[in-house]
Amino acid sequence: MNPINPAPAFRELRDKAGAKLRRLKDGKTVIMVGAATCGRAAGALDVLRAFRDEVKKHNLDCPVIEVGCLGHCYAEPLVIIGKPGWPPVAYGYVNPVIAERLVNEFILGDNPCPEFVLAALAPNDLLPSFQDFPRARYERKIILQNCGLIDPSDINDSIANGGYSALAKALALPPQKIIAEIQKSGLRGRGGAGFPAGQKWQACRDAQGTPKYLICNADEGDPGAFVDRALLESDPHGIIEGMLIAGYAAGADRGYIYVRAEYPLAVERLQIALRQAEDYHLIGSHILGTDYSLEITLFQGSGAFVCGEETALIASLAGQPGLPRYRPPYPAVKGLFGQPTVVNNVKTLAYVPRIMANGADWFRGIGAADSPGTAVFALAGKIVNTGMVEVPMGTTLRRIIYDVGSGIPKGKKFKAVQIGGPSGGCLPESALDLPVDFDSLQNAGAIMGSGGMVVCDEDDCMVEMARYFLEFTRRESCGKCTFCRLGTRQMLEILTDFTLGQGKLADLAILEKLAGEVGAGSLCALGRTAPNPILTTLRYFRNEYEEHITLGRCPALMCRHLIAYYILPDKCERSCDACVGACTVEAISPDKKRIKVIDPEKCVKCGTCLPACPPQYNAIVKLSPPSEVPCK
Amino acid sequence: MPGPDILAATEQILSAFTPERPNLIPILQAVQGKLGYLPRSAMQAIAGYLRIAPVDVYGVVTFYNQFRLNPPGKHSVKVCLGTACHMKGGYIALDAWQRRLGISPRQTTPDREFDLDTVACVGCCTMAPVTVVDGKPEARVDPTRVDGILLSFGREPPAKDQK
Ligand SMILES: Cc1cc2nc3c(=O)[nH]c(=O)nc-3n(C[C@H](O)[C@H](O)[C@H](O)COP(=O)(O)O)c2cc1C
Ligand code: SF4
Ligand code: SF4
Ligand code: FES
Repeated sequence: MNPINPAPAFRELRDKAGAKLRRLKDGKTVIMVGAATCGRAAGALDVLRAFRDEVKKHNLDCPVIEVGCLGHCYAEPLVIIGKPGWPPVAYGYVNPVIAERLVNEFILGDNPCPEFVLAALAPNDLLPSFQDFPRARYERKIILQNCGLIDPSDINDSIANGGYSALAKALALPPQKIIAEIQKSGLRGRGGAGFPAGQKWQACRDAQGTPKYLICNADEGDPGAFVDRALLESDPHGIIEGMLIAGYAAGADRGYIYVRAEYPLAVERLQIALRQAEDYHLIGSHILGTDYSLEITLFQGSGAFVCGEETALIASLAGQPGLPRYRPPYPAVKGLFGQPTVVNNVKTLAYVPRIMANGADWFRGIGAADSPGTAVFALAGKIVNTGMVEVPMGTTLRRIIYDVGSGIPKGKKFKAVQIGGPSGGCLPESALDLPVDFDSLQNAGAIMGSGGMVVCDEDDCMVEMARYFLEFTRRESCGKCTFCRLGTRQMLEILTDFTLGQGKLADLAILEKLAGEVGAGSLCALGRTAPNPILTTLRYFRNEYEEHITLGRCPALMCRHLIAYYILPDKCERSCDACVGACTVEAISPDKKRIKVIDPEKCVKCGTCLPACPPQYNAIVKLSPPSEVPCK
Repeated sequence: MPGPDILAATEQILSAFTPERPNLIPILQAVQGKLGYLPRSAMQAIAGYLRIAPVDVYGVVTFYNQFRLNPPGKHSVKVCLGTACHMKGGYIALDAWQRRLGISPRQTTPDREFDLDTVACVGCCTMAPVTVVDGKPEARVDPTRVDGILLSFGREPPAKDQK
């Protein structure tokens, strides 16, 4: 069979997209509002409305566009204004009032309002730019390249920024060549285990049977991870393009995107993107005029963590409860409806077009020898620059947390970083110089997982952290294996006792033994990795466990049963009653001398009073154990 | 609210799907999207349409977190219990919601105004602790904000100390 050259069809598309886009934008000021879920939570839709109203009021011809996430989530709501003659400027912490001013002063006038500028997108003489940020030196954006900068609801914008050009290139090659290129690039799956993508595709291609399926795993069940969501909301066409190339290489006839229903905006933007790609004949039959066809169906997952596991996901797609099954046979050989099936993570697929466009050697040249490419993390917790970052594999944790993430807020001390969610672990300060890649993290007891990185400071309790994850895995265990079903329950009970101050030292040994057994005796990685948060916290923070057990004390002052709130009588200012108004349950009242006292019976330990006490008095403290509170 | 409405709505949704097992979850999602929950009679109708045992439908419904068996309230409150939210006090926010609404997760207030639930992670961990109110993620929801949100729905917090 002689391959049909897809290039002319693509060129035609690109010209059409370019022309449409020029009509929309050329010579105009364009306002882009970061309206991914994170932006919306911070009020982006109000900002969007304010811009639209103001633009309309002045009868301006400025498109106001909803874009995705730029990664600088700490500064949401975020807006980029591209005005002819100026470098595009990003504004942070925007609210409707600022929006109004930006229209009046920057768009109508010529004052860029430097007081609201986060950074310009390109170096210039007037305003600071992102390139001046220290993090610019360490970041390397490959799959996040378009995020926050293109209109995810407009395929033309995507095509104008290089979208689908790698598909056109790939379709001119025999599938085997693409697999060879991906194998040469060393691309490892970003869904958790780091399995080589090319090898999986090859196995599917070689397997007997048609049809074959390709599934994009967008379940992202790890709490604390949000990269897949942000990617789907910011650059859905990049994922679809990756699926098309992967499907072509692996010989798939049908594609599915399994996206969790808790991501309604990702679902909405994917639906739009799929419809547009269909209109442009980029999915469906005879893609770009070639003999290759792939339908893509969107399937909404119904919220069960275990459904991220590929065999459970496949069961769920078939309308069954999401129970994992024993592998082998691997899905690449026997998957959906018993047919060969490739399951790849969103990020894995996002790399594919970049590798096809730039070549395997380019990709191999980035990152670590056995883990080429970049690592993308969702930074959350006690870190100044929460958001999404992309750095070459092999970057150290210290770089990511301190140089890219700007360290720990409020002058607090770093305590640990939790990587890889419930299957991962908590790494202490001594691990900060660890270069991040699949293998080094595994050696330290964590895993790359789906890219969640939650930073903990001195106020976070590691025993509570372990208890939290066990509560999660206990709840999410599908219940098929006894070890997982009962073991997680038992471990949770022990950990809960610790946080209640009711543990015994002997429990530590039981806990360790159980952890080993659950890890060894479970069928799928949910059960096999469930002990990881316990094992790493025991390994690095054992003294914290011991303090809970022997002294009934939570050194981080977090475990609610082991702390009490107390007002220092000599610091409390009599004429003030800020805390009285703040208390959510009326547990604070003045004593005879008008000094405020907390009634321990009523106090629910919600912590609202503590920041309410004015800093010049700073009279409220947490004490642990609660017996530290002086009796009157 | 018995029979005909529920059945009519279910039938209408069923007519948009072919009677095949892989359509079960999309059908359940569509029916819940329309009715707000999955009544017994709807599940029976779905089982009949797909020619599977009703208990099979029930097994799928109870396996997944998304599905609910009782009618929702007018407003839905979902508290995120993901890692970032937990570390920043999501459990304290949940407490506050429980206290103010007088119900536990997966319940609906007696006046059917609010239902309360938890969610594993809504993916805006940078805004932790997050509560999703009527589908909209609200950033940094501490107990004070809980009162503020309820106030915006016309629900006064219990009176502070009477002067
Ligand atoms: C309990 C459990 C949950 C998982 N959740 C996800 C997930 O949410 N997203 C994902 O891509 N992979 C998840 N995985 C990994 C998948 O099973 C599978 O390895 C991955 O989708 C393969 O894609 P990759 O080769 O591109 O990494 C999970 C695995 C387990 C055991
Ligand atoms: S290890 Fe747990 S989640 Fe995995 S199959 Fe067994 S019981 Fe189910
Ligand atoms: S806020 Fe602080 S200073 Fe003011 S009354 Fe309360 S404890 Fe005293
Ligand atoms: S942990 Fe709450 S939004 Fe992710």
